Amino acid sequence: MNFSSEIAEPVEVAAHPVLRLSGITKTFPGVRALSGVELALYPGQVTALVGENGAGKSTLVKILTGIYQPDEGRIEVDGTEIRFPTATAASNAGVTAIHQETVLFDDLSVAENIYLGHAPRGRFGLIDWAGMNAGAQDILTRIGARLDPRTPLRDLGIASKHLVAIARALSIEARVVVMDEPTAALSQAEIEELYELVDRLKSDGKAILFISHKFDEIFRIADRYTVFRDGEMVDDGLIADVSENQLVEKMVGRAVDTIFPERHRAVGDEILTVAGYAHPTEFADINFKLRRGEILGFYGLVGAGRSEFMQALFGVTRPSKGAVRIDGKIAVIRSPAQAVARGIVYVPEDRGKQGAITAMPIFQNVTLPSLGRTSRSGFLNLAEEFALARTYSERLDLRAAALDQPVGELSGGNQQKVVIAKWLATRPKVIILDEPTKGIDVGSKAAVHAFMAELAAEGLSVIMVSSEIPEILGMSDRVIVMREGRIAAEFDREGLTPEKLVRAAAGYKESAA
Amino acid sequence: MIPRILKSREAILLGALLALLVLVESRFSGFAAPRNLAAVFNDTSILIILALGQTLVILTRCIDLSVASNLALTGMVTAMLNAAFPGIPVVVLIALAVALGTLLGAFNGILVWKLDIPPIVVTLGTLTIYRGLVFLLSDGSWVNSHEMSAAYKAFPRAVFLGLPVLSWIAVLVIAGFAVAVTRTPLGRAFYAVGGNPHAAVYTGIDVGRTRFAAFTISGALAGLCGYLWVSRYAVAYVDVAGGFELDVVAACVIGGISIAGGMGTVGGAVLGALFLGVIKNALPVAGISPFWQLAISGAAIIIAVAFNARGSRQPGRIILKSAERTA
Repeated sequence: MNFSSEIAEPVEVAAHPVLRLSGITKTFPGVRALSGVELALYPGQVTALVGENGAGKSTLVKILTGIYQPDEGRIEVDGTEIRFPTATAASNAGVTAIHQETVLFDDLSVAENIYLGHAPRGRFGLIDWAGMNAGAQDILTRIGARLDPRTPLRDLGIASKHLVAIARALSIEARVVVMDEPTAALSQAEIEELYELVDRLKSDGKAILFISHKFDEIFRIADRYTVFRDGEMVDDGLIADVSENQLVEKMVGRAVDTIFPERHRAVGDEILTVAGYAHPTEFADINFKLRRGEILGFYGLVGAGRSEFMQALFGVTRPSKGAVRIDGKIAVIRSPAQAVARGIVYVPEDRGKQGAITAMPIFQNVTLPSLGRTSRSGFLNLAEEFALARTYSERLDLRAAALDQPVGELSGGNQQKVVIAKWLATRPKVIILDEPTKGIDVGSKAAVHAFMAELAAEGLSVIMVSSEIPEILGMSDRVIVMREGRIAAEFDREGLTPEKLVRAAAGYKESAA
Repeated sequence: MIPRILKSREAILLGALLALLVLVESRFSGFAAPRNLAAVFNDTSILIILALGQTLVILTRCIDLSVASNLALTGMVTAMLNAAFPGIPVVVLIALAVALGTLLGAFNGILVWKLDIPPIVVTLGTLTIYRGLVFLLSDGSWVNSHEMSAAYKAFPRAVFLGLPVLSWIAVLVIAGFAVAVTRTPLGRAFYAVGGNPHAAVYTGIDVGRTRFAAFTISGALAGLCGYLWVSRYAVAYVDVAGGFELDVVAACVIGGISIAGGMGTVGGAVLGALFLGVIKNALPVAGISPFWQLAISGAAIIIAVAFNARGSRQPGRIILKSAERTA
């Protein structure tokens, strides 16, 4: 490649896109992740892809890099249709991605990472180490990275790893570079360096797809924008023609299409008080109160520290500071068992991994945290276990052939019900639901929402972590927004708009100031 | 419900065991006579007891390779004590063997729990350490039959209600395990921890403590077997039960205890051990070379694992449309 500065002034709008997607549709069981999506990337331009969590951005990246196959639609490179059946096919076509958490190999050197899979070969087809290190040095210098190609990747920080990923992109002569929230884990100085690098890639004529939640950086480096909402492309255009406000509206602007249950707000006394909860690396200064029968929503971007805080509150991890009061009494929670004993239960987001024990029968899953109650002098009472499991599975309308059926044989929605039944059987005071409707179909969502409202009406306090704005607005009595491990804002349900939520979560106010 | 019971691993294994007996009986009449079967059971008792301890460990997604070394060390300690102080009652020696075995098992458990070292590494290490301790203790010399007291050797052979005490101990352990595993919160916890350790944490089960309990129980049984083995064969030396841990794991695997954890039953482990016991006892009398015995035991393990893997394969999510048609 010749990198002399023949493209000193990027052409205003390159006539033909390098890469064009049209009519891309991707469906997962019960979920339509992308539907008829259009996207065009132009050489020497940065296109910002914006959208809420779950708008389909990650699915698109996976299609672009050959990890998923679209159900329908065309991918064109330089006007000819192409398919990416494998990740290698995508990279051969010149499409490469730099992920939020870089996918590189910690135990290999910088040069090996850059050239993995296409190392220069010397005599007898063996790897030409000298050539590889020299080539790596060359590319690293070109992107202004002062790294020794022989350093093991393990010794580098995240920012340097990003540089290696970018160097790798250049080494395969990528023409399209997808950057999936590359700044999420970087410090301010590192972010500035990344911006400069993006500018350099632009002037080299690369087409860049830049995925970000941060409006300041979008307006700093992007030339064009594309907005996704609920798996559809809703708008695109030039950044120069749009304001931050307009972009926020395009992201969230939709009628709330799900019907949420009617709720009478009859909250009672304070039941849970969290004061000054902090963790060395994950969150700090978490203060809030929860009342009986209240639904408290926790909104934020993915990685804002919501789940991490909930895990600490539930005793899975230990906070470094802070106190919890339940019914006004100090409660020390150092293990999930203690949390359950004090009336706090947690329904995790990753149900497959953290929720149910799939090889175990339904009734044993339900009674697992309540075995103390269903046993007599240290021995389990199966009749009592079945009775307890029956009570709660009937209440949740669980669809199963028999209560001794393994949970793994049930559908996702019914597995979720088993997990919830398990916790209700412990008669909790506070239930934490982490993304309770993630990945389930619309019908099951409505059932979960109705059930949540019912629980609250019975006096159970609910903490609902959700990244879906309609759900947050439709269900919560109050909403706490977290950003970068701290509480960014607290809102009452009255007068709360999607725009306010998005601004608080993205830190838009501060960047505008 | 009946078809489900018939389809269970245990039923299939029982069928295989009976088929094996019929086969052996057809070649060597008298093998399946009650008296001989009782002898086979007695001969397999130690394997059954160890396999039950191992079952708990494997249920929690761990493995205990140190059981045979633990057995050799506790066996040597009881034999040397008996030789030096013949006055110590056998009951005290048994209690000592169980206590020492418990300690050795607890040491494995502590390493797995507190230091978070992979169980296979921990027990591979202690396998060597415990075996080395036998050598250090005995200086490589044997404790022979004539050095042991009569009571020491007589206890497991004493016949009670038609069966030797050794068999009765195995029966008691089986019964105890059947109740403990299915009817106590700890028994349930073994399944939960192995079935899904993450979910177990979120359910308030202490995964490390549960694994510690499994290793400790396995160690206690290995200690008990240390005395039983040495007194039964009336000799203690460094290589007692060398490599026996592999038979124990094999019995569990044949019995349908999933190496991935969380699946398996007491009945399965017992049947797995008996299956191996029948093979070991039948092939010599049928005049088959010991090398074939090893090959047949090995084949049984692979068939059992392949069979269990097929049975427990979970249907994956159907994502691709093209796969939906073929599935």
